Amino acid sequence: MITADIWPALDYSRVPYRLYHDPALYEREQERIFRGPAWSYLCLDAEIPGPGDFRTTYVGDTPVIVNRDRGGEVQAFVNRCAHRGAIVRRELSGNATEHTCIYHQWCYGLDGGLMAIPFRRGIRGKGGLDPSFDLGAHGLRRLRVAGVNGAIFGTLAADAEPLEDYLGPPVLAQVRRLLERPVRVLGYNRQRIRANWKLYAENTRDNYHASLLHEFLVTFGLDRATQVGGVTMDARHRHNITWAEGGSDTDETANRAYGDARVRSNYLTLKEPSLVAFRPEHGDCLNLAVTSVFPGTVFVQISNSLAIRQIRPRGIDEVEVFQTMIGYADDPPEMTAHRLRQANLVGPAGLVSMEDGEAIEIAHRASKAETTAATVIELGGAGVISDRDYRVTDVPLRGFWSYYAELLGIEPAGAVR
Amino acid sequence: MTADRAAIHDLFAEYGAHLDALRYDDWLGLFAAECSYYVMPRENHERGLPAGLIYCDTRAVLEDRIRALQEANKYNIHSDRHLIGLPRLVRQEGEAFLVEAPFAVYQTEQEGDTRLFATGLYRARLQATEAPLKIREQLVLLDTFAVPSLLATPL
Repeated sequence: MITADIWPALDYSRVPYRLYHDPALYEREQERIFRGPAWSYLCLDAEIPGPGDFRTTYVGDTPVIVNRDRGGEVQAFVNRCAHRGAIVRRELSGNATEHTCIYHQWCYGLDGGLMAIPFRRGIRGKGGLDPSFDLGAHGLRRLRVAGVNGAIFGTLAADAEPLEDYLGPPVLAQVRRLLERPVRVLGYNRQRIRANWKLYAENTRDNYHASLLHEFLVTFGLDRATQVGGVTMDARHRHNITWAEGGSDTDETANRAYGDARVRSNYLTLKEPSLVAFRPEHGDCLNLAVTSVFPGTVFVQISNSLAIRQIRPRGIDEVEVFQTMIGYADDPPEMTAHRLRQANLVGPAGLVSMEDGEAIEIAHRASKAETTAATVIELGGAGVISDRDYRVTDVPLRGFWSYYAELLGIEPAGAVR
Repeated sequence: MTADRAAIHDLFAEYGAHLDALRYDDWLGLFAAECSYYVMPRENHERGLPAGLIYCDTRAVLEDRIRALQEANKYNIHSDRHLIGLPRLVRQEGEAFLVEAPFAVYQTEQEGDTRLFATGLYRARLQATEAPLKIREQLVLLDTFAVPSLLATPL
């Protein structure tokens, strides 16, 4: 069993590869993180606008129903029948007055309460349930839900801190910025990556890799490490915002920096420049803001392409990245067209994101058999975990591991936080 | 004009052969000067949601994608095999043919393991104003919308 003595360094600058591959650890993550005091993004208000509207989703690998009740309140509960454990609501989305399991037609209300059981008293006085059976004690397990500007979060832990406290001021501000106007869903995409979910969670916090792995960025001069940018975390360092300002460097500076590093930069032009052209729209010049919320939620702005991702673990060896592409409800048609075109940048076929699938698969594959070695997380320095106003850094990965260790009960004495 | 079924069959045969042989410029040559190419998750299409996985609403965007694939993008080292079913002529609209064909794409990785990567339906508008037939619109309706690993090489 993995314990606090697994860590080679108290600043999480070394993470043993076993942490990505231990099957017992996967079970513990589900229990202590996903079913623990963390908050997970469920869906958008805009996806369930009316009474009875529902969506099915996941918190970790727990199936969840989110719906709006007749009073207009959002309710969420575990999508697993109290009787035989079957999925109650099988569809991805829809509208319903109740949720009935197909197996034995146990029927639940929009608050998750058990309303009716067929043949409860049996037939002709024979069979059925004992009169002492308490329907009220056999509802679907409820989640606590809370929202930020129409983004609905849920947690299975009664003792989780309030959502706004969990997110902290910088992350809260970023989510409100991204969702500053009512949104419209433009579509979904899904990617199944043969790698441990934490490799993806780390990837979204890794500023260092962006312009090196995603060569599209530098090839076409869209985004470079020479731009003004950095990483900003919450006080506990469990979440992170990776950000950069558009137009904040020059070709000359970039070419010198990448030339010195023997990395090619800015040597091709696009036939369709609007593919990457940034139209400022949030009253600032951020053209990149990737906000990772522990454990598995990511709010993404790359140029004018906007999205929310759920990291859905599917066992120790596979993760689904489920991405909801959004625009604003009041976008003129021409702006929607711009966003749809810029959606080419993100997702499983994204011109600046497809590589992540390959990068974390090869990291997962090569580390599988390794029982003692550890990965190196030291860009931007080891030691204290803190914000950085530069881009060649992976410090937020250490913040992720610090909170991970705390929740799993494997935080070593004297560890940095 | 009557539908030249042989020409339609040849076009789809060339389409798959070019992609599997990495002849991306020849593949682009099958498209008209004005064209579009979309890879659309069935999940979105059925809900009337417009976002695609690949969204080339003009030829310039499609050419940029291919250029990026050749010059910048990194992806799993593999080969593709397109199995394209019999094209079905849905209808003729003036000098355009609306054609559908089911497809499967298998990917083989370096060490010889093959997996089903995608199945779906091509929904194409072919332009017959002059020979040869060209693709004016190609909508790739993706059944396998939980994309295995990543989608780099075109479907």
